[in-house]
Amino acid sequence: MTSSADSSSWPLWEVFIRSSRGLSHVHAGSLHAPDATMAIRNARDLYTRRNEGTSVWVVPAAAIMASDPDSKGAYFESAQGKSYRHATYYTQSEGVKHL
Amino acid sequence: MSPENHQHAPLHLADEGDAATALAEAEAGQHRFDELIAEDSRIEPRDWMPESYRKSLVRQVSQHAHSEIIGMQPEGNWISRAPSLKRKAILMAKVQDEAGHGLYLYSAAETLGRPREEMYDQLYSGKAKYSSIFNYPARTWADIGAIGWLVDGAAIVNQVPLCRASYGPYGRAMVRICKEESFHQRQGWEILYSLSHGTEAQHQMAQDAVDRFYGPALQMFGPPDGDSPNSQQSMEWKIKRFTNDELRQRFVDMLVPQVEALGLTLPDPELKWNEERGHYDFGDLDWDEFFAVIKGNGPLSRQRLEHYRKARDEGAWVREAAVAYANHQAQGRDRDQAALIGA
Repeated sequence: MTSSADSSSWPLWEVFIRSSRGLSHVHAGSLHAPDATMAIRNARDLYTRRNEGTSVWVVPAAAIMASDPDSKGAYFESAQGKSYRHATYYTQSEGVKHL
Repeated sequence: MSPENHQHAPLHLADEGDAATALAEAEAGQHRFDELIAEDSRIEPRDWMPESYRKSLVRQVSQHAHSEIIGMQPEGNWISRAPSLKRKAILMAKVQDEAGHGLYLYSAAETLGRPREEMYDQLYSGKAKYSSIFNYPARTWADIGAIGWLVDGAAIVNQVPLCRASYGPYGRAMVRICKEESFHQRQGWEILYSLSHGTEAQHQMAQDAVDRFYGPALQMFGPPDGDSPNSQQSMEWKIKRFTNDELRQRFVDMLVPQVEALGLTLPDPELKWNEERGHYDFGDLDWDEFFAVIKGNGPLSRQRLEHYRKARDEGAWVREAAVAYANHQAQGRDRDQAALIGA
């Protein structure tokens, strides 16, 4: 067994697929590949065997910054308790058309 | 590491204060975990989770991945002998799907912090388990039909509830797999249908294949509930949604009308509709054989492993070449960059 060339020592890539024109790319999964070109090619074979995509993005997994799941409450707090940001908060206009 | 592949940050315990903080964090984590499970929500890779939950999932998901990879062998064996170009193209597509399923699942297991290489090594060394069904030989072309109909059929019954498994990446991998799996079952059924309606010898070949794969396929759901020690915990964690016996019963109930449509029979004299239960009764399975196969004494256990090792060893140069090519390309880009800056 050669460990240095084992596929697992290849970097990890996250794969994003645009399923059809007009939609955004959505995370499909991940794979290992030695470089971006091969990652794109492998992503096509792995995630679009049945016309699932019109476009593929691959991103080095190491390049993604993520919010800390443990700070969930505090981090997203400012969006909570502000129901006035939603149309449903305003009820006086009920029954009035096109409003 | 990506957001999907981030383990819960390791806790560095510098002093007593940190230990207390760690304990409080674990308590809060457990509380949140219990809440999410209770409300039937999903656990995601970077969430706190009990070590036992992580371990149990790594075991299940990696075994599932290994099964897909080893599962390519019985069918791959028939690609060069498929009876027509159409059947050959179909079989190649199916085997390619199995490889894909293995990769989706390895990815999911990796999000739990288990390195890919370690999983490959465990399969290579023979330490890892995989579904014992793949240690049976595919003797005739009809076996390819029986594998698609019965083995993939049982896999679907098992996998559909797993789409709702509490661990997000596992559930998402299963959704993708289930979408692809239904073609596998139908193509198998059609192979058997063609044979069953062909010559007498072809009909007999189809019946033989069903006779051989029926029992082992029913055993794919695992041992009877009484002998399945991990099931209870797995159901409490909402990884598993139904017991082994419940799924087995569901499968048998589905098979009876399907085998009638094939013009074949199932090899169980005790198989009988039970009006009271609203289900088919069926005979006992050979569990001694099942446990023997699990322990590595299946008809082809040794060959399956040898073939996997051979494929991995012989493919090493391809992986090396890919790395060499990638490095070469990167150096070329650096040179171009340097030339551009120099100019």
